[in-house]
Order: sequence, then C-alpha cells, then structure tokens
Amino acid sequence: MGQPHEDPRGALVRPYAVTRGRTEPLRDIAIEAVLLTTPTGVQESRFAGHDKQRIAAVCDGRPQSLAEIAAYTRLPLGVARVLVADMVADGLLALHGAALSDVYEERMELLERVLSGLRRL
Amino acid sequence: MVGAVSEIEPLTTEAVMTAAGVGIDDPSKVPGKGTTTVAMDFGRITMAEDLILYLFGTPGQTRFWFMWDELIRGALGAAVLVDTRRITDAFAPLDYFENRGMPYLVALNCFDGAPRYDLDEVREALAIPQHVPLVLCDARQRDSVKHVLITVVEHSMMMLRAEHNRGEAAPVG
Repeated sequence: MGQPHEDPRGALVRPYAVTRGRTEPLRDIAIEAVLLTTPTGVQESRFAGHDKQRIAAVCDGRPQSLAEIAAYTRLPLGVARVLVADMVADGLLALHGAALSDVYEERMELLERVLSGLRRL
Repeated sequence: MVGAVSEIEPLTTEAVMTAAGVGIDDPSKVPGKGTTTVAMDFGRITMAEDLILYLFGTPGQTRFWFMWDELIRGALGAAVLVDTRRITDAFAPLDYFENRGMPYLVALNCFDGAPRYDLDEVREALAIPQHVPLVLCDARQRDSVKHVLITVVEHSMMMLRAEHNRGEAAPVG
C-alpha cells in the first residue's frame, strides 16, 4: 500500500481508459462508503485486471473507503468509483456502511457514538 | 486541520472536474481544456469496528462546490475554517451550508501572527446567524481541532433534536 508510482503507465493513461471509457458506475458508491475484499475477491481479483487487483489488495483484511482506495491506487475518484461498483457487482468487494439513516432515533444514536468517540481522542 | 486528528497521514484524492461542475473558472474559455483535476485531503478516525469517521477538507472557493455536493450527502456536519487574513472568503461556503440545511459552524483559525478579531465583530461582519456556533481554533493543534469536531457533532445533535421536536415528518438529509 502506498507505493506512489508502482504503476509504470502513470499519467500516460487517460483517466477513464482503465474503465474502457465508462464514466457511470453500475451503482452509486458514496465517497465514505467502506469496502472490504471478499474471499472471492482474494481468490479471483487477479483475473479482473491490474487496477481491480490493486483495489482488492488495498481492501484485503482492512476496510477502506472509496476515498482511500482512490488515494492509495492513485486513480481519480470517478474512475475508482466505476471499478469499485463493478467489483461489488461481481462479488469481489463487500460494501459496508449504509447511508445515513433517516430515522431520528438511529441518527441520534450514531451522533452519540461519534461524540463519545471524539471525546475519547 | 484534518492532519491534526487523523490516525493516518492525510491522503489526497483527485477528482476530475468537468465543465458541468465548474463555477467561475470556466474551462470552455480555455481551448482544448474540458476538465481540471482538483485534489481533496482527508483523514480517518476509527472509533469502533463498525464506526469510522472520515474527515474531508476542501478549499472554500465556489468552483469547488461540485466536491461539496459530493461530500455533504453522507456528512454529519461541517466546519467552515476562516482565515482571519481573508475573512470574506467565508461568504460563499457559509451561504452554501446555510442554503442546504447542513449543520455547520464557523471556526476562526487563530495562529501566531494572524490578526485577532473579536468574535462578535466577526459574527457581524460575516452575518453569521445566531444559531450557528462560532469558535476559535488553531487548526494545527490536536486538542483545538478535537474541540471543533465535538462542537460540530453537538450542534448537529441540537439541530436534529430541534427539527424532531418541531414534529417535521420530512426526513433529514
């Protein structure tokens, strides 16, 4: 993780070339949504192409947000989102962390938990 | 600010700004330049196995609004960090959060050498509504940033409770 220039293609590749030109993800993935590589992803991501393999490595055994995946792989956010959405659809990544609840009690409980977490810092 | 409390070295994500997301920096006036890349810093605080707090920092200029639109979707709240040397830069972000009903506060960044202002003067100069907290902060200091974040969450809770008590059936966010 964190090898900045491990991809020798570097900036020579136009951002959306790695998604074969697709700019719309299969499903919306929030920037803070957390992803974890599934056992299938550990086994099979190497057949999914270089970039997806790197993403699977980043999220193997430690949950990472879409933002972190983009940062560690040096992919632009929109490109990472398309690839991650593909990988969720293919069962290579598991999506954790649902969107914010609209239910008052659940939302309040989440805020309480965040507040105690911050106080413990 | 993010770096002062994050458990990881702040990371940078790049987003490609297309013409649709552009404010005053209109790329259509630059021949052959349809997109610009902007960077956004963020950090992380793992609170529990099932709870991670992400902190995103973006610049305040209006041309970055497309990033803010992305960020406020799942956000608990926002802090507008005001540089006392460029106080009027805060107008745009303040309008943005006010208009979208996102709980936010204003943190006046006070560090050595920066001009000092009276909080009431700043509130008046920026027309900050009375219900919006205004706090002093040193964005480099962990305890100070921690205090700002705690105040953001407390404010979010207060706003949520007030909305709930008004009996509004409309979902939040």
